[in-house]
Amino acid sequence: MRGIITVIGMDKIGIIARVSNLLAECKINILDISQTIMGEYFTMIMMVDMEKMEFSLEEVKARLDKLGEELGVSIKLQHEDIFRSMHRI
Amino acid sequence: MFNPYEIMETIHMLEEEKLDIRTITMGISLLDCAHGDTRILRKNIYDKICNYARDLVKVADEIQLKYDIPIINKRIAVTPIAMIGGAGTEEDYVSIARTLDEAAKEIGVDFIGGFSALVHKGHTDNDRKLIASIPEALASTERVCSSVNVATTKAGINMDAVAEIGRVIKKTAELTADRDGIGCSKLVVFANVPEDNPFMAGAFHGPGEGECVINVGISGPGTVKAALEKVKGKPFDEVAETVKKTAFKITRMGQLVAREAARMLGVPFGIVDLSLAPTPAVGDSVAHILEEMGLECCGTHGTTAALALLNDAVKKGGVMASSHVGGLSGAFIPVSEDAGMINAVEKGALSLEKLEAMTCVCSVGLDMIAVPGDTPAETISAIIADEVAIGVINNKTTAVRLIPAPGKDVGDEVVYGGLFGRAPVMKINPYSSKDFIDRGGRIPAPMQSLKN
Repeated sequence: MRGIITVIGMDKIGIIARVSNLLAECKINILDISQTIMGEYFTMIMMVDMEKMEFSLEEVKARLDKLGEELGVSIKLQHEDIFRSMHRI
Repeated sequence: MFNPYEIMETIHMLEEEKLDIRTITMGISLLDCAHGDTRILRKNIYDKICNYARDLVKVADEIQLKYDIPIINKRIAVTPIAMIGGAGTEEDYVSIARTLDEAAKEIGVDFIGGFSALVHKGHTDNDRKLIASIPEALASTERVCSSVNVATTKAGINMDAVAEIGRVIKKTAELTADRDGIGCSKLVVFANVPEDNPFMAGAFHGPGEGECVINVGISGPGTVKAALEKVKGKPFDEVAETVKKTAFKITRMGQLVAREAARMLGVPFGIVDLSLAPTPAVGDSVAHILEEMGLECCGTHGTTAALALLNDAVKKGGVMASSHVGGLSGAFIPVSEDAGMINAVEKGALSLEKLEAMTCVCSVGLDMIAVPGDTPAETISAIIADEVAIGVINNKTTAVRLIPAPGKDVGDEVVYGGLFGRAPVMKINPYSSKDFIDRGGRIPAPMQSLKN
């Protein structure tokens, strides 16, 4: 399963590092990463490969939520198919 | 890789604009449950529903987790109970409704539809008993929904059934008077009822359907309104294009969820219902879309045209996004469940007559409308007759869900909370329709040519 992780919030030092670290702990591989400022918000989008993921999706999402709270940003993980179905014919 | 704007657009729809899957509804055929002994029939029904729908809620939760799409309701639709009721009594039908309620609670769905009868041309004995049992059935259950089809374009209007259902609605309100007549919110009267509608209260699993099926209803008024905010003041061509594109995206999401749910449950995918279904929450209103097009308040002159454009564009955008479209597929305009509609009624901008006109160009009819508690049964029947006539002549589905609010009058309101919201009691025409309704019989099927 491939997923899309989006991190949205105020920019600060170490967001990418902390998120990447957590993903490595969960054995989630980052395939692509892009970062931009949209309006006043820092927006990071990652495409990840979750084939070798060592925890359940529920557990990983709970950990991402917790990290998001610590960093003061919103972190979402969604299966890529929702974006594919909406934006590709 | 997707571009960041596409990804952010989707996230924005889900987070800010309240896009959600309104319902995943599993249709289950109960035809093989029929039995002359009501106790055995009830056991058959209970066992079959629990067996087929055991994993429905779990699967919906998993899909919600995987895609981060809110799935608001999980529901069951079954074969119209009048078709399998056997030779029981009125009390037996009430007991069947209680069994449906127990099954719904056991599997954790919020509503179960199909306490229904199709009487557009005539009644069987079973139809008669089921319809007579509706008030008690709805008063003594929590999650059971009932519907009666009283007219079709091919058969005309069964005016005996229309007269009868007016009395049934009154009695249902009386038996649930302590809860503002909430029983009536679970009872819909139809013309040209679809057999695969996933939305309550009118869902049932039609006799032409297969053994078991997954149908999905989407939502998304907030998303359409947000898209229209970006084309303020532009000509209608652009408005229609914008609605189409948005409807396409919303429906693709519905299609994805429907396919996934069908795959995980090992059940065929039926249809996606292309309806804009509002909720009482701020930012989730069909009325506000119409106002975004330039109307000061929903209900004023121009409302019917705005709704016609909206309804048509949603369908045009949606049909290409899904392999099978069905159900009601049209913008819903329930009064109590739409913050903008409630506001329009309270301001005096939206009348029952205007709502009737609006139903000529969209589904699904006079929906969740509270009328004074002392409205005569014949007047309720006459309102139903008017509405089903629109459906029959125009070859479309129309429906009526009226609440004669016990002990209340114009200026009062009924409050249900949750998805049902609150409804201001609306003014009705004070003149009698009694002699008209008392005639009974059938209004013949209409011409299908010379359509002026």
